[in-house]
Amino acid sequence: MDPNIAHPQAGTGGGDAYHMMIKTLPLLSALGWRNLWRRPKRTFVILFAITLGVWFMIVSAGMMIGIIEQQVRDMIFNLTGHAQVHHPDYRDDPAIEHSMLLPSKKLQAVLNSAEVKQWSSRVRLPAVVMSERESRGVMLVGIEPLREQGLSFIGEPVVAGRALQSIDDNGIVIGRRMAEKLETQIGKRIVVMAQDKHGEVADRGFRIVGLYQAELEATETGYIFTGLSTAQKLLGMSEISEISLITENRDEIDSLVARLSAAEPQLATQSWTELEPLMVTALEVYDNFMIIWYLIIFAAMAFGLINTMLMSVFERTREIGLFQALGMRPSFIVIQVMIETLMLLLIGITLGNLAGWFTIDVIFADGIDLTQFARGLDAFQMSSIMTFQLEARDIVTINIMVIALGLLASLYPAAKAARYIPIEAITRT
Amino acid sequence: MSTVTLKKVCKTFGEGELAVHALKDVDLEIKAGGFLCLSGPSGSGKSTLLNMVGGLDRPTSGEITVADKRIDLMSKSELAEIRLHNIGFIFQAYNLIPVLTARENVEFVMQLQGIPTEERHQKSTNILREVGLEGLEDRKPLELSGGQQQRVAVARALVSEPALILADEPTANLDSTNAENLMNLLRHLNDDHKITFLISTHDKLVMSHARRLLKLHDGQIIDDIQQR
Repeated sequence: MDPNIAHPQAGTGGGDAYHMMIKTLPLLSALGWRNLWRRPKRTFVILFAITLGVWFMIVSAGMMIGIIEQQVRDMIFNLTGHAQVHHPDYRDDPAIEHSMLLPSKKLQAVLNSAEVKQWSSRVRLPAVVMSERESRGVMLVGIEPLREQGLSFIGEPVVAGRALQSIDDNGIVIGRRMAEKLETQIGKRIVVMAQDKHGEVADRGFRIVGLYQAELEATETGYIFTGLSTAQKLLGMSEISEISLITENRDEIDSLVARLSAAEPQLATQSWTELEPLMVTALEVYDNFMIIWYLIIFAAMAFGLINTMLMSVFERTREIGLFQALGMRPSFIVIQVMIETLMLLLIGITLGNLAGWFTIDVIFADGIDLTQFARGLDAFQMSSIMTFQLEARDIVTINIMVIALGLLASLYPAAKAARYIPIEAITRT
Repeated sequence: MSTVTLKKVCKTFGEGELAVHALKDVDLEIKAGGFLCLSGPSGSGKSTLLNMVGGLDRPTSGEITVADKRIDLMSKSELAEIRLHNIGFIFQAYNLIPVLTARENVEFVMQLQGIPTEERHQKSTNILREVGLEGLEDRKPLELSGGQQQRVAVARALVSEPALILADEPTANLDSTNAENLMNLLRHLNDDHKITFLISTHDKLVMSHARRLLKLHDGQIIDDIQQR
């Protein structure tokens, strides 16, 4: 050793520093881990806070996603489908004159492609329904019963009586709550009146063959169903009002909509996002709301985290001064404090994720039954069974956000530690 | 070539009427391989001088050169590098890292230097044996006596073979036997490895081992005595 010459490794270049940092990581990690357990009580308290925060984020996200997803599913199952084809003016004025011809071969070719899981034609026109005691405005929907299976709620078994069986079925299926409003029941006759193709009032008596149940009262009192041909005969038409379809993945509907539009450019083909803009807005509001919600929860967590790390740094002032005296660069001290924070965050996040999973997938696997509040929830178009749903994307978002913001929060105590003047730190009592 | 040079170094704490002049125009040259003691009453500037040479504090004015580099002009990171590769410290209060074992404390500086694990292990084993701590490598500082802790601190300062070792009252917390042993060890390292020592002390035993004795008073060197 030549004591007169500065050590050749004493360079301060950025590349050197980076390589040195990589080599020093095991040491910094060991220090971080052991420092965590110097004050186990304090570590457990902040771990509890992080775990609770992450758990709360996951459960609240699961609840919100569950509610929103339920609403989207209900909306899609409530005759909307993933896309619809109409006469261009039907959406603005769902009148009989805005009907369209049966799908052409070109259109059928797209509808019968592998992308489309199910599709069906419908007549859907405004009508008035009358019982012996009451009358109400409704939508008369003529359906292809077999094709509605898996496409909309009316393809599901009815709760009383029988479902429609063919497009020629002369019976009518109404909502359970509509029957209550009309003060009628299965087997009784009701009269349906609507404007026919020639602008005349067409009416006909139907026997109620079945009662259906939907998530929302508005649906049960808003739609009555008969066979497609039966409805067409009543209204003196051979056309249909709409084609509705569902696909395997609702998020990849745009390319199919483009193909349908190309097949029949004179018709209007719209995806569910265009058909239900309010729902899309609600989804966007939800996304933004969740970020704000996460930030609020995180802010509460961050105060605890910063406080803990500041206390930890303050208690180790002498030690940090010693690190500097022994040659640890200020940037390594920052990294050491951040590694310590990262360890806290990773443990807390793991526990929070496990607790969140246990809550959602074990405790509330079947959802929360809110039947006793069903009437109130109905006003918000919410189901009486609140289900939780969580996607990997949301868990990853929560975890990344907590880690990124947690590390950001640790920068303050870390920078404070790195700014110590070694001799002042070492001699501090 | 000198290991350390100080030119007109001043250090003032506080301002105005409250200003305390800890060092006043200190000029000093320490040759490589020297074994120097700084002595003087409390407040004479011994520790301040040591801290300046170690780059732990900055002078108010003047130049300090260590291993041919002006450390008074360096950034915090550059100072850390100089300390890491050129200077070893032995503190009065041992200043071991409580969460690390004796071996890990000794290896701390080598880890910062990026020395491979095997080499580090070999060196720490040897130095701990040399300071008489064989078998105690895995004990944490609180499981060691004061004398043993000081020997760990000495091992840590020596293991990376720095050009210069600064020791601040290294025997202050040791009994006379341990103090004598420590000084013999330091002197042996100075003789065999030509490591330069700069030691601040009140202890006559330490002074007796010095080759050169500097006496400080009110921030100035008032005597510079060459011994054996």
